[in-house]
Amino acid sequence: MAKENKLRSTREGFGDALLALGHKNKNIVVVSADLAESTRISSFAKKYPDRFIEVGVAEQNMMGVAAGLALSGKIAIAASFAVFSPGRNWDQLRVSVCYSQANVKIIGTHTGLGAGEDGASHQALEDIAITRCLPNLVVIAPADYNEAKKALVAAVEHKGPVYLRLARQNTAVFTSEKNVFKIGQAQVIKKGQDVTLIACGPMVYEALEAAKKLATENISVEVINCHTIKPLDQKTILASVKKTKKVVSLEDHQIHGGLGSAIAEMLAENFPVPMKLMGVDDTFGESGKPEELYKKYALSQEHIISTIKNIL
Amino acid sequence: MSSLNTSDLKKIANQIRQDIITMLVRAGSGHPAGALGMTDIFTILYFKILNHTPHQALSPIRDRLVLSCGHYCPVLYATLARAGYFPLVELKSLRKINSRLQGHPHNLPLPGVENSSGPLGQGISQAVGMALAAKIDKAKYHIFCITSDAEHNEGQLWEAVMTANKYKLNNLINVVDCNGIQIDGQVKDIMPLLSLRKKYESFGWKVLETNGHNYGQIITTLKQAKNHGAGPVVILAHTIPGKGVSFMENKYQWHGQAPKQEQGEKALHELRQAI
Repeated sequence: MAKENKLRSTREGFGDALLALGHKNKNIVVVSADLAESTRISSFAKKYPDRFIEVGVAEQNMMGVAAGLALSGKIAIAASFAVFSPGRNWDQLRVSVCYSQANVKIIGTHTGLGAGEDGASHQALEDIAITRCLPNLVVIAPADYNEAKKALVAAVEHKGPVYLRLARQNTAVFTSEKNVFKIGQAQVIKKGQDVTLIACGPMVYEALEAAKKLATENISVEVINCHTIKPLDQKTILASVKKTKKVVSLEDHQIHGGLGSAIAEMLAENFPVPMKLMGVDDTFGESGKPEELYKKYALSQEHIISTIKNIL
Repeated sequence: MSSLNTSDLKKIANQIRQDIITMLVRAGSGHPAGALGMTDIFTILYFKILNHTPHQALSPIRDRLVLSCGHYCPVLYATLARAGYFPLVELKSLRKINSRLQGHPHNLPLPGVENSSGPLGQGISQAVGMALAAKIDKAKYHIFCITSDAEHNEGQLWEAVMTANKYKLNNLINVVDCNGIQIDGQVKDIMPLLSLRKKYESFGWKVLETNGHNYGQIITTLKQAKNHGAGPVVILAHTIPGKGVSFMENKYQWHGQAPKQEQGEKALHELRQAI
């Protein structure tokens, strides 16, 4: 906590990495649906106008145009709020992109209750559920600014469709710039013995902080940053769970169909243990500050701590 | 290929129509009316207009044909096979297990299929994306998109139409099959389109029209579209759904129903007599 860096958002990490990649990789073309500023693609647009396509408020067409670019050899990056893309253009994602294995990177920002004041219509709480069920699609939710930068680089290197789940709000930058990021490789960021706590996105930081507090009460929590929801890192998760024999999952997303569901599906077949899934419990969000919403919808550090105590 | 005269082209089209009937009878399901109605245009495109090399299906400089109304695929498959993209014998596998000829097109397994389609309105967006990629690369090839009139019910299509005008995509040609039918009935009853000409003109497109079965007119119109230069071109192609098989012509009931064995034989007999 003491040497905390300044707060930054994962969308910002993506935007900064995109600008740098734009210089290195001339094959990258960005497609926008009138949210260039909010999705942090505007710097790329200013610097590389010839490789920036603005289709207006038309997310279905955005996904199709991205697919067409990709089928012509481009690395297409389509960015919008996640409620619109992949929320509104799921069929285009399914057929034009995933079925064709088109090399499109789908950038969804403003995910989770963390989107805050815009309210329920703009808080994507279902995007993991609707993306991780699609064949050929990789699903990544980076934990902080640094990891978002690395996640975009990895997504661009990966040949095929990738969904990058990003957050609007500024959150702690706590992962190291040097840490190697590999798609599908979860990271044990704190070792522990009593329970495995698995999170994705900015919730990883909350998990880590809760684990530190629990350590002062002699509760040893192993924390895993599961930035790639699909393909799920079965090996790392199983190794930890076989040791602790208890699991808590944590995400700023509906419980139904999210990271916790993915883990539960895997554990049910391989190593069933007591598990608690923390997320939004089958309800819509509302306007408010992220921290207020996390309190009200039972996703704050206090809730993590009490959940872990209950499962032990 | 471009040296073929009208009589040669008509023979090929007749053969493709026979292929379509044979394939659909064998498959037991599928969509004959649109496929038969667009056979003349597909034949002219692949045997006269498109710059393509069947044995180099992925040549970067090829013209692309994007089938947006995926249910027309029997005509695409038969034309591709007749053009030499894959063995004719494979047409027998339409809609069968382990086939490259899916009930609606999948781009990956079958040479010559540029895009996956089925859900209407998606191909035109991909055609716009391909046309934009060509512009970025300063490449000279053209993108021909095939849409149906009823496909214009889909909102996504109009999003793509706006984008094509914005970027003045003079390498994009949208051929609309105006056959007046859709699966549940007449286009004018299901969802009136009013004037597609006026709609496209107000969206900034150059509008051309052709009789979809008059070879001279089709060739002239396609060449004119290719040379337009100022922006995207739409060709409203007026066709007869089910063309070439008298009991199917102009009947919306044949939009999504395959002929039975006996009906197929009757259709094939009629087509053979027409050569």
